[in-house]
Amino acid sequence: MIAVIDYGVGNLFSLTGSLRYIGAEIKVTAKRREIEDSSAVILPGVGAFGDAYARLEEYGLVDVLLSQARSGKPMLGICLGMQMLFDCSFEYGEHRGLGLIKGDVCPIAPDLKQSVKVPHMGWNSLKFVRPSPLFRYISEGEYVYFVHSYYAKNCKEGITSAAEYGGVTLTASAENGNVFGTQFHPEKSGAAGLKILRAFSEIK
Amino acid sequence: MLTRRIIPCLDVRDGTVVKGRNFRGIREVESPVALAQRYNLSGADELVFYDITASAEGRSLFADSLREVASSIFIPLTVGGGINSLEDFDRVLKCGADKVSVNTGAIADKTLIGRAAKRYGNQCVVLSMDVKRVDGRFTVFSHGGRINTGISAAEWAYRGQEEGAGELVLNSIDTDGVKGGFDCEMLRAVCAKLSIPVIASGGAGSKRDFVELFENVPQADAGLAASVFHFGEIDITDLKLTLRAAGVPVRL
Repeated sequence: MIAVIDYGVGNLFSLTGSLRYIGAEIKVTAKRREIEDSSAVILPGVGAFGDAYARLEEYGLVDVLLSQARSGKPMLGICLGMQMLFDCSFEYGEHRGLGLIKGDVCPIAPDLKQSVKVPHMGWNSLKFVRPSPLFRYISEGEYVYFVHSYYAKNCKEGITSAAEYGGVTLTASAENGNVFGTQFHPEKSGAAGLKILRAFSEIK
Repeated sequence: MLTRRIIPCLDVRDGTVVKGRNFRGIREVESPVALAQRYNLSGADELVFYDITASAEGRSLFADSLREVASSIFIPLTVGGGINSLEDFDRVLKCGADKVSVNTGAIADKTLIGRAAKRYGNQCVVLSMDVKRVDGRFTVFSHGGRINTGISAAEWAYRGQEEGAGELVLNSIDTDGVKGGFDCEMLRAVCAKLSIPVIASGGAGSKRDFVELFENVPQADAGLAASVFHFGEIDITDLKLTLRAAGVPVRL
């Protein structure tokens, strides 16, 4: 059973729908016991980093997420959920993250070399940086759906794929052991996204 | 590289997809779920659902179709039509919408965009505008294009962006349903000062019209159309091959 963490941030319809579609058994939960009983954990999220992290604390989820990750249980953070896996974020001030993957979350706008719109929104192709079990069923160059204004930097050890935008190489996915993060939304990325979720659901 | 998006729009009334010409003379088409599935397979980048029903029964049929589409197709879904309050946002988000499009509701209640953006995030709020030339000025019309609000389109678009809309749909009433090409002049004029993504709508009749849109309006991130896709006049895969050959980045 995959525990989809529900901490009152964002709409879980497409995520739960896509996981059911690939045949995964899921539980939408914020309960420690259910998270501990799961075989894998997905941390979704949209909105601002500071607010979302405060919610995780308010729901008492920080400790259980850390202990589950340290036990080697597969964990996937999506979009803001991915950003919270890093050490810290510079979205409206400086905020501490879960520190499960080395790196910082910084605004895209100051790094752009061409005049393009922010947020980076829409379909962009993946450039593989290093092999990942998440890519088991997809090929390099496949398109996935992004919506974000911040991205992970200083994560050389963890980055597994990237997307080019406005002259910047944006971190599209990163991992550390069994902790995975995708900046894009696999649950909105059509067939390619479903293949990534399927690959995650098969990680032991 | 970020691609330009191709977005079919499905106007749904009483559970069936319909398409009018110049907002009048509505013609029945087919099941929204079957059509959405066909578009997904042919490479649509997103889908827009417009609820054009007035009755409670029609609204509930719309919710059923939306739920069914959202449970089987995993690309972004935008829902519009009759969105006047945060309760309306909630209602369609619970049925699987990823983004919610406001039009007349945002004109009637100028605080709606700001409140929705604060609650659901900018990425969730789409401002949709029906624009028509009135004495040479691009003017916003409400109520499905029937009522002249007298508001300048460029000013309304900019205000929507500042209030927190994450995306803009610009529909030209002058070219809608005519199939003579997008209204590039209006699009350029209205989005000159915008930094949010813009979806161009109204007037697509051929593959060439999409090529011209992306060549002539660099600010256009996506092209939206209904009848040319519904009636099979343009196949989306074929359109994307044409765009790619013309140097427009697309997802294939």
